[in-house]
Amino acid sequence: MKVIQIKPSELDAGLEKLESACRLIGPVKEKSYHLFKTLEPDQKPDLAYINTRLSAKSVLYPQSEVMFEFSLDKNDDQYAILKEPEKDRTPRAVIGIRPCDADAYEVCRRNFDTEEYKDPYWLKNYEATTLVGLACSNPCPTCFCTSAGSGPFSDRNLDILLVDNGDGYLARIITDKGEKLAASAGWNTEAGSDAEAAIEKKCGEAESKIKSSVAADNLEKHSLIDLYEAESAIWEPEGFACINCGTCTYACPTCWCFDVQDETYGKSGVRMRNWDSCMYPLFSLHASGHNPRDTKIARVRQRFMHKLKYYVDKYEKGIQCTGCGRCVRLCPVSIDIRRVCNKMNSYDPETCRCEVASG
Amino acid sequence: MQNPYLPYPVRIDDITVETEDKSLKTFKFVFLKPGDEEKFAYRAGQFAELSIAGLGEIPIGIASSPTEKGFVKFTVFKTGKVTSHLHAMKEGDIMGVRGPMGNSYPWDLLEGKNVVIIGGGFAFTTLRSSIVYMLHPENRSKFNDIHVIYGARSPGMLLYKEELMAWAERDDINMHITVDGTDDPEWKYHKGFVPAITEQEAPPGDADTYAIVCGPPIMIKFTQPVLDKLGYGHDQIIMSLENRMKCGVGICGHCNIGKELVCKDGPVFTLDQLNKTPKEY
Repeated sequence: MKVIQIKPSELDAGLEKLESACRLIGPVKEKSYHLFKTLEPDQKPDLAYINTRLSAKSVLYPQSEVMFEFSLDKNDDQYAILKEPEKDRTPRAVIGIRPCDADAYEVCRRNFDTEEYKDPYWLKNYEATTLVGLACSNPCPTCFCTSAGSGPFSDRNLDILLVDNGDGYLARIITDKGEKLAASAGWNTEAGSDAEAAIEKKCGEAESKIKSSVAADNLEKHSLIDLYEAESAIWEPEGFACINCGTCTYACPTCWCFDVQDETYGKSGVRMRNWDSCMYPLFSLHASGHNPRDTKIARVRQRFMHKLKYYVDKYEKGIQCTGCGRCVRLCPVSIDIRRVCNKMNSYDPETCRCEVASG
Repeated sequence: MQNPYLPYPVRIDDITVETEDKSLKTFKFVFLKPGDEEKFAYRAGQFAELSIAGLGEIPIGIASSPTEKGFVKFTVFKTGKVTSHLHAMKEGDIMGVRGPMGNSYPWDLLEGKNVVIIGGGFAFTTLRSSIVYMLHPENRSKFNDIHVIYGARSPGMLLYKEELMAWAERDDINMHITVDGTDDPEWKYHKGFVPAITEQEAPPGDADTYAIVCGPPIMIKFTQPVLDKLGYGHDQIIMSLENRMKCGVGICGHCNIGKELVCKDGPVFTLDQLNKTPKEY
């Protein structure tokens, strides 16, 4: 893999060149918080950001998205026939995505891209996107990526990794997509032979700053039903304070559930999908009125069991979490996935106890 | 890339009111586009999403049999927004069908076996599909004894009544039709709840006998001890689940029970499988 040196002025010049070749998406500050947005002409991504409040999942998977359009005009020969609308699938590049959010795409891909069914909306966006990641040199106290299958310099799901070296960036070119993007940006100054060593050194420094972690090594070994039935040790104390607000699911880069709703406007309509949340009673409510998850405790259990047990057992690729820490920072009642994970991991069904105290 | 969320356009070809309270209607659909019927090749026990533009989709078991060609049938209970609208639709109206979805009853496993079908109320739709499939001249020899225990509140609430009566006259299927009660002096079938009739009429469980059980939760609750008593192993009791669903293809995340998705890994599970799964259905 080659490493390129990009000076601050070259970064801006390169982004200007890229503007004509593709759509640029990056972190920008709006009011108090950063979020990912398509950059306006001449707008630059704010690469001094720590992380966005909402994750980058919306880049591939908008919070609301039209799936189909239809006519409700009975005189129309296409009356009530659903049609997939034309969508912009032109190339786009995300500049400055954090490695945890890029690794979350790989987690989501297991859901959207299966052997039997492929979600065309997510996948076509994914294929059209080049990911230029930004390594984290100053992780937050709530970050635990290193124990959640990611890391501050993780580049497994990136096309280019940018590393701030004080005087511009070192750019590790990882894939052909990344190579092409660097070429069209005119980033071609090969860095010296010590560049890889410099990146590794910075990576080690960043990793050593991450003090929080989850233990997940026993999750696969535990019986699913034992963990599910750990009401008194885990689910009741953890769910007690939950207000089912759903903030965790909206902020999470790996929460992928969606609802489908039809909307009509006069004689036309759309079928759209919207992010949904397992925190809400309606998520599992039957038409008969019966609700299989009719308590908040059951819904809190669903979220954590999905991320930390069902997913683990189904895919055998670790936990459905990349350690970004957003849910920890944003939960209004301080439910902490790290504590829940450590409880699940240390649960002893014989004694019905965990080694971690309730927070 | 094929879009798994896109329904096949269909026309309502026929509507039959099934029950005396008019809460159940059977809709017969024909595909508008040539080739779509072939793409919709299904097995008994699978389901589909019925789609009405402007209202949404509902997951419904397929009531027709793969041996019936030229159409596909669904029996729908009027209960929510989409089903209420569907009940008001007319022959000739255009809507959509998306599927088939789910895993079906285990037909390979059931070949050469005795099959005992136990159904109650309006959960008889995929069971009708199964019976029509097994009784088809090409298939009947693949199965040994077939028993059907089917009950409803009253004679007027039985689905597919004419077919039931016709099957009762045949000698290659053992029909045990029952109602909770009736004051009809002409009623010549059973009276009593499904679990009781099962105890009376179902063959004892052995390695070559499988029970397919579909019905309201209360029926299932009281039928299971009967099947235990008759000696049915939990891997020989086959059930079909329902859960709130949206996509039907295992992606939207709504219908999970533990790590299984009812839409894709089910809806058919053995009791043995369900014993290892959270009871979130």
